[in-house]
Amino acid sequence: MSMKVATRQVDGVTILDLSGRITLGEGSVTLRDAIHDSLAKGSKRIVLNLADISYIDSSGIGELVSAYTSVKNAGGELKLLNLTRKVHDLLQITKLYTVFDVKDDEASAISSFK
Amino acid sequence: MTLSSSLESVDKLEHTAEDVAERAGFDEDTVPHIGMAVREAAINAVLHGNSYNAGKQIVASFETTAADFIFRISDQGTGFDPEGLPDPLAPENILRGSGRGIFLIRAFMDEVHFRQLHPGTEITLIKHRAPGQPAT
Repeated sequence: MSMKVATRQVDGVTILDLSGRITLGEGSVTLRDAIHDSLAKGSKRIVLNLADISYIDSSGIGELVSAYTSVKNAGGELKLLNLTRKVHDLLQITKLYTVFDVKDDEASAISSFK
Repeated sequence: MTLSSSLESVDKLEHTAEDVAERAGFDEDTVPHIGMAVREAAINAVLHGNSYNAGKQIVASFETTAADFIFRISDQGTGFDPEGLPDPLAPENILRGSGRGIFLIRAFMDEVHFRQLHPGTEITLIKHRAPGQPAT
């Protein structure tokens, strides 16, 4: 199953609802394009909702890191929302859990930008 | 099995690994870890070893013994030094967009062995059965 992205705006925050697998190839490219599109449209506050991400490989982890640095370098902030246990564990193992700002519910993710 | 240097081969090996591990009696937490380790090893072979070269192939095998799950994969690339890889947990590398594949393999498997084939690299991944896990 390839990755899909649905974009919505809530209180000035761009939320990307991701579903499927972020893996080498199509999934990683789709995420990269979605981040670039959001930045090109002027979004500086971006939330990646990972609730429906079933799987991430090392390439996908790298793409999350690249998304984080791309948004930061553009003067914005990127936060992660609704990690599954598998993704949570992967970020712990790779010591990236403390690098990302991780939120458990959408309201607190949105309010954390203010 | 001999496979092409493609992402389809990577997906096939990942799914086969999970099937083999599940049939071998590994638990629901360990099966996806084995699948991910095999996927990362396959990515290394296809991407870093063979560089997606359609003229190069990968050779892979699965084996389950009374004690272990064993996966071997070899490529036809120029080889590499696994000890020379940068530590992805080091502060200067933590925000790199790549370089976590071998680290994840080592995190999820009990033994990882590399062998240089001149040309090519063979990597062997071993996961020990848990005490009391039935041998199938």
